[in-house]
Amino acid sequence: MKGGLLFRGWKTLTSRGFFSLNDKSLRVCVIGSGPAGFYTAEKMLKAHERAEVDILDRLPTPFGLVRSGVAPDHPETKIVVNQFSRVASNERCSFFGNVSLGSDVSLSELRDMYDVVVVAYGAESDRSLGVPGENLKEIYSAREFVWWYNGHPDCRYMAPDLKCTDTAVVLGQGNVALDVARILLRPMSELQTTDIAEHALVSLQESTIRKVYLVGRRGPAQAACTAKELREILGMKNLQVHIREADLVISPADEEELKASRIQRRVYDLLCKSATSHQGHDFAGQRELHFIFFRKPDKFLPSEDQSRVGGVRLEKTCLKANGLSGKQVAIGTGQFEDLNCGLVLKSIGYKSVPVDGLPFDKYRGVVPNVRGRVLSSDQPENVNIEQGLYVVGWLKRGPTGIVATNLYCAEETVASILEDIDNGLIASPSGSPKPGRQGLLQALEDKNVRFVPFGGWEKIDSKEKLEGQLRNKPREKLTTWDELLKAALG
Amino acid sequence: MKIMQNARVQADTDTNRLLINWLLSNRQISTIQRDLKTGPFSPFLYPMGKFCFSNAANGQTTEGDGKDKETISVTFLDKDGEEKVIKVPVGMSMLEAAHENDIELEGACEGSLACSTCHVIVMDVNYYNKLEDPTDEENDMLDLAFGLTETSRLGCQIVAKPELDGIRLALPAATRNFAVDGFVPKPH
Repeated sequence: MKGGLLFRGWKTLTSRGFFSLNDKSLRVCVIGSGPAGFYTAEKMLKAHERAEVDILDRLPTPFGLVRSGVAPDHPETKIVVNQFSRVASNERCSFFGNVSLGSDVSLSELRDMYDVVVVAYGAESDRSLGVPGENLKEIYSAREFVWWYNGHPDCRYMAPDLKCTDTAVVLGQGNVALDVARILLRPMSELQTTDIAEHALVSLQESTIRKVYLVGRRGPAQAACTAKELREILGMKNLQVHIREADLVISPADEEELKASRIQRRVYDLLCKSATSHQGHDFAGQRELHFIFFRKPDKFLPSEDQSRVGGVRLEKTCLKANGLSGKQVAIGTGQFEDLNCGLVLKSIGYKSVPVDGLPFDKYRGVVPNVRGRVLSSDQPENVNIEQGLYVVGWLKRGPTGIVATNLYCAEETVASILEDIDNGLIASPSGSPKPGRQGLLQALEDKNVRFVPFGGWEKIDSKEKLEGQLRNKPREKLTTWDELLKAALG
Repeated sequence: MKIMQNARVQADTDTNRLLINWLLSNRQISTIQRDLKTGPFSPFLYPMGKFCFSNAANGQTTEGDGKDKETISVTFLDKDGEEKVIKVPVGMSMLEAAHENDIELEGACEGSLACSTCHVIVMDVNYYNKLEDPTDEENDMLDLAFGLTETSRLGCQIVAKPELDGIRLALPAATRNFAVDGFVPKPH
């Protein structure tokens, strides 16, 4: 490996050639290789002909949530990796997988090495409900469950028990909630030809879960999902959809909300249509999907033998106008009901995790910024711009939006970078050029970190596709750190 | 579908008008005319699966040598308001045509109707009305498009046909919309 590192270093040095000698390269480091990171790299390379972009990721594999978040039965959404791979093959772009921010290299080290550092590492934790019983067994965040079925190496051994119950409760009604519900309810024949992780496929094959409840604090006019995902699950074969008709009655305030949002209007219409079309049909043995509106979790109840979760106590809610935002919020009514279940997936939002040296707004869970420029303080009276430090993606605007949202988000951050270059705000104060990639290679070598270059990922990719072919799947994901590193570096 | 269209918010119309005014005021005089390459599709656009539109149309050749397909003229207005007029063979989608002509129209899902990045705005409502109504699936994607207007469509779903000769398509001014209109991203 050492030889490999040295060779790589030499190659990089010579390929930089002219620009290096003139010290005019713009050395850019993007931390995180999901859509936000790759769109930023692409736009940076396009906008600045002397930009050299290094993309770091803590995993040996690139593409972030396109690999570990997008559902296995949504292959079209993953096509965007073709575009990202073309970015990675640009000679001014390099990928450094298996490099962890904080432990392998610190943010301040990276800022010393690069003219521009863009943090794009997203949101790898979860919001918590903060209600009693949240630590009972078989309560997971939807993120963990998604990572598990998508073969993320950090959830390889999660092993949710899908055999002890016929009922799962999903808290939340956004697209992630619909994804996990769909995976739990989808016929095996439709899942086994996707790139779902093999361990998850085996477990789902043995699953006894037949009913999934999707619980939302507010009503059908406020459901957080998009029409595409809703249409898909409502149209699933052999699935009985239950929506209480009383819940579909809307208030004048709801009507105002619907008028103001095309997407909410279309989601509401789909729910209404589904409620009427499913009336009167009752087929035995069908799987069931229940939409539960106007309920919020009050506490989790243990199973009879106390070993795991046995149910959720829900409080009925009603909506009250929030004067400031115009949105309606859910208020508890003091009426409760229990819902028995053996599995709970909390799909109430992702949360970003701060790292040393990075300003962080704990309340909002984002890095304080102005159009992508990181601010050193979130106090309005004492704001400084952190020179050369930028943010993009979920870390910048919070964990919402689709893949394409990052396109516009990256455009904004890159526009800020270019503006700052034009205004001379990026030049290093000492005047001497920063080491860029060479500095990073040196630091990784000093710490004996074996990074995975893009070529290493391509080896993983080929191996996965080859193994997938044998099972009639687009790929068979490697799901442990060991397997991934062996395939990439072995 | 009709109900949905009628109920579209006033804000959309305002955005549309602002956008179009802005585009017009910024329009540059340079108009580049380019002939469409007659070669095969770019490798990028090749694997388009079920939504791949063939550019071959029987009996529609107009020139003696039989090599050139019937084409229509399409004008793209880019994010800076700059115009580019291209020839598009009948049967080809605007996404493919844009990419063959180096127009920076994104196409994250390569025409498989799984994203909204090839969003274009039809600049003339008469042309918009000549298009087939968008399917539910296209509307689902348009829900998520930036700077949606009354005449927004996905570039991958507009297929060149003779009636569309002279159509003008604007790329949404993405950065402006993101920063100025206070867009609130929809939950994932």
